[in-house]
Amino acid sequence: MRFGVVIFPGSNCEQDAVHAIRHLGMQADFVWHGDTDLAGYDALVLPGGFSYGDYIRCGAVARFSPVMAEVMRFAERGGPVIGICNGFQILAEAHLLPGALLRNRGLKFICTTVDLRAEESACEWLDLAPGTVLRVPINHNEGNYICDAETLERLQGNGQIVLRYCEPDGSRAAGGSAPNGALDDIAGICNERGNVFGLMPHPERVVDPVSGGTDGQHFFTAIAQRLAEVS
Amino acid sequence: MNTPETLSPEIAPKLAVELGLKLDEYEKVVEILGRVPSVTELYMYSLMWSEHCSYKHSRKALRMFPTQGDHVLQGPGENAGVISVGDGWAVAFKMESHNHPSAIEPYQGAATGVGGIIRDIFTMGARPIASLDSLRFGTLDKPRQRYLFEGAVAGIGGYGNCLGVPTVGGEVYFEEAYEGNCLINAMAIGLMRAENLTRAVAAGVGNHVLLIGSTTGRDGIGGASTLASQEFDEKAEDKRPSVQVGDPFEEKLLIEACLELLDGKLLVALGDLGAAGLTSSASEMASRGGVGLDIDVTQVPQREDAMKPFEIMVSESQERMLAIVTPTNLDAAQSVCDTWGLRSTVIGEVTDTGRFVVREGDAVVADMPAATLAHDAPIYDPASERPAYLDEVQAFDPVASLDHPEGREALSATLLRLLASPNICSRRWIWEQYDHQVMLNTVVLPGSDAAVLRIGDTGRGEMTTRGIAVSTDCNGRYCYLDPYAGAQIAFVEAARNVACSGGRPAAITDCLNFGNPEKPDVFWTFHESVRGLADACTAFGVPVISGNVSFYNESFGQPIYPTPTVGLVGLLDHIEDHCTLAFKSAGDVILMLGRTRPELGGSEYLKVVHGMVSGRPPKVDLVDERLLGELLVTAIRTGIVSSAHDCAEGGLAVALAECCVAGDVGARIDLGDGLPGVVALFSESQGRAIVTVDADHVSAFKTLAAAHGTACTRIGTVGGDGLVIGDEADVSLDDMRAAYAPTLERLVHGEA
Repeated sequence: MRFGVVIFPGSNCEQDAVHAIRHLGMQADFVWHGDTDLAGYDALVLPGGFSYGDYIRCGAVARFSPVMAEVMRFAERGGPVIGICNGFQILAEAHLLPGALLRNRGLKFICTTVDLRAEESACEWLDLAPGTVLRVPINHNEGNYICDAETLERLQGNGQIVLRYCEPDGSRAAGGSAPNGALDDIAGICNERGNVFGLMPHPERVVDPVSGGTDGQHFFTAIAQRLAEVS
Repeated sequence: MNTPETLSPEIAPKLAVELGLKLDEYEKVVEILGRVPSVTELYMYSLMWSEHCSYKHSRKALRMFPTQGDHVLQGPGENAGVISVGDGWAVAFKMESHNHPSAIEPYQGAATGVGGIIRDIFTMGARPIASLDSLRFGTLDKPRQRYLFEGAVAGIGGYGNCLGVPTVGGEVYFEEAYEGNCLINAMAIGLMRAENLTRAVAAGVGNHVLLIGSTTGRDGIGGASTLASQEFDEKAEDKRPSVQVGDPFEEKLLIEACLELLDGKLLVALGDLGAAGLTSSASEMASRGGVGLDIDVTQVPQREDAMKPFEIMVSESQERMLAIVTPTNLDAAQSVCDTWGLRSTVIGEVTDTGRFVVREGDAVVADMPAATLAHDAPIYDPASERPAYLDEVQAFDPVASLDHPEGREALSATLLRLLASPNICSRRWIWEQYDHQVMLNTVVLPGSDAAVLRIGDTGRGEMTTRGIAVSTDCNGRYCYLDPYAGAQIAFVEAARNVACSGGRPAAITDCLNFGNPEKPDVFWTFHESVRGLADACTAFGVPVISGNVSFYNESFGQPIYPTPTVGLVGLLDHIEDHCTLAFKSAGDVILMLGRTRPELGGSEYLKVVHGMVSGRPPKVDLVDERLLGELLVTAIRTGIVSSAHDCAEGGLAVALAECCVAGDVGARIDLGDGLPGVVALFSESQGRAIVTVDADHVSAFKTLAAAHGTACTRIGTVGGDGLVIGDEADVSLDDMRAAYAPTLERLVHGEA
């Protein structure tokens, strides 16, 4: 099982992602954004950070990096792709996932640990019982998920909403539980097929109890297990 | 010299004075050159001999600081100091002010403050792993102060978050004294293998001078002399063009490229372009190496048309680095820069003349001994006089002279007022805007006494079990009332914060913020502060390894409080041996270390309740403080301490409340010390801390405390849903939270 972690200029969570995966006993290597050879990778990670300084719009420039055409082919072939934070924004800009991420409702950057509820979804990256609550950090300025009503209906109907912000007991507050104002409390979505997954929270930050917790482990181990079963 | 550069002997001194040089300083330039200086030369000397670059008023006093220690790999004089932390690892750190730009344009001022200090760190060959920010503003009832505060916090976050360097701590105070001059002191810490320590020393005749990073524009021209070395008046807004604009994306690329260049041993030397731009960076590198440099300004990539040589030489455009490269390594070095999408341009070469020669094409526009720029600035012995106000404020006895609240109801209400005070309340609104977790090494998050970081490099996949604890501290009010004692309190509080987190104090950096040093009473407060800090460092055996002086923090003739900010780094041999302030479990026994004295001078209580800043600050006993620190670290290491928190602003009652709120549990306290309620609760006596231990470990802890000669009193038990202090106070957790949590956000939104 080998993860490829893409480095765009301005990525800053790529080392954390590689470290987290290796900490869990799996292999991970960096993929430079200018590279176009993804042979040998079983799963791809688009990490957090500020690709191209987030200038113009988050992810708007990175989606044109040479590697992205290959990432799209990889996804089309059913290869698992996860976009974390800025990676999610890039996946949305590349139309691998629907919708967009606007500035947080309060117009402030937010770094804090939130409660997330696993939903019943088609996502290959998670194998948690629906309703499971996880504590995972968020760290972003543009995490306010939005899409049109039709898309939202489709996401709901297809089981494409993977994670929702929630209260500690798993419930959702009447006025919304998303600290960033995200539509329908959406924290993470996948494509219809379930192989492409984007989320604003940072699971790679919580794989080691010394630095925060272990709730992020599922995200990397689940996909590894699934791939092992398939092969 | 070509014509536009030539100055007549009549015009030259006038320009010199306009640029901030004094007439006798101008005469010294003429003497060094043996002729009238050119325009470019005059600009270069005026910048390098400005207070900001030359430390001409402070240099003598700074010699009082101890700077040596077994673990010191690099002391003051380089871009940052470096200490060894064990197993071949070293940390570089430094703190620097960006006060004046931030007072004019807070977002960019604070952002480029962070950018500048981070460059100082990776210049040394270290990967930046954390930053902290010590901030001072006027009170938030003024819209301008809210604008400055909100803008500075956003700027720090905007820059640091983009770089992927966690902002793990800092402090903020709001006092009228900072209304005209906010303080933005940014501290950065970097991690490296000790053998990778790189110094900015030019060498090797014929080697290339390579400029890496951004293009050069007119931004920030004269920043160090027109902003940082003068007082503000009503024309301050006109100086906005002197504030630089930051590009954190470019800096992120610079970090990666420079660390790759240093890792590949492709550079002879590396320096960053900060205050006074190319002039400062190049002349300091040349003078450290005892060589000369020959630079052609037409080779410098420019972002504006028709820039004059002097503009190119003193521009403070951000995100630029200067490297010395051998001809053999030039291609390889430039190819690394290309990979990261960075411009790199050869702009000159190293010579054996010892002279700094600046050309515009074929024409020489400046030619001077390089060392004279960096080292020959006059050193002053400023007049010093004890300020008159000290007698009056120190004669005031707040305990005896005022009516104090008495009884449970009044004291409880006072405690809640203190918890809601902007100087004490929760800082969450600030640190939630900072990425404080990236790099996966933040073991104790913001909100405890000190930030604790694991020593580890996720990039190299090398994690260790070691750690560092870091804190920045300074209570300007104490320094105003007694600069010597105030500076010592800044040190001992930082040391206590680090010790309460499990760290042994190892070294400090400082940022000394004062008014106009040419005023004898201001200079006296500076000199006393330095003396106090130096004595504290000596008593603890903790060296000063880097620092910065910021003078001229005055508006309309009013100086700020003397503010010698201390940034202290402590070491943990085992990262598991750290501690936080939160009460952990009901039933734990609460012990107070140290003794409470009737000390309300300069206290938060005195300000909040009586609207006064007066009296004498608390006494400092350096021996007791050192023993207290050793006790805390030793006890935490034995594993019997569940929580530890130092007593500071707001006194014992506030400290207890903070432990309760953080742990979401109450406490029942019985002090029985016979002190008046207001003293027992709110006195800010130094040398105190609160620890909790399991009931079974009380006697073990007491034995340890006795061995360290530290007073240790059992004062209560953790539990319940409120803080009850004898007959003196009874406040619920909900009320404490309601007072403590929302203050900053409310004030920023203009709510009373």
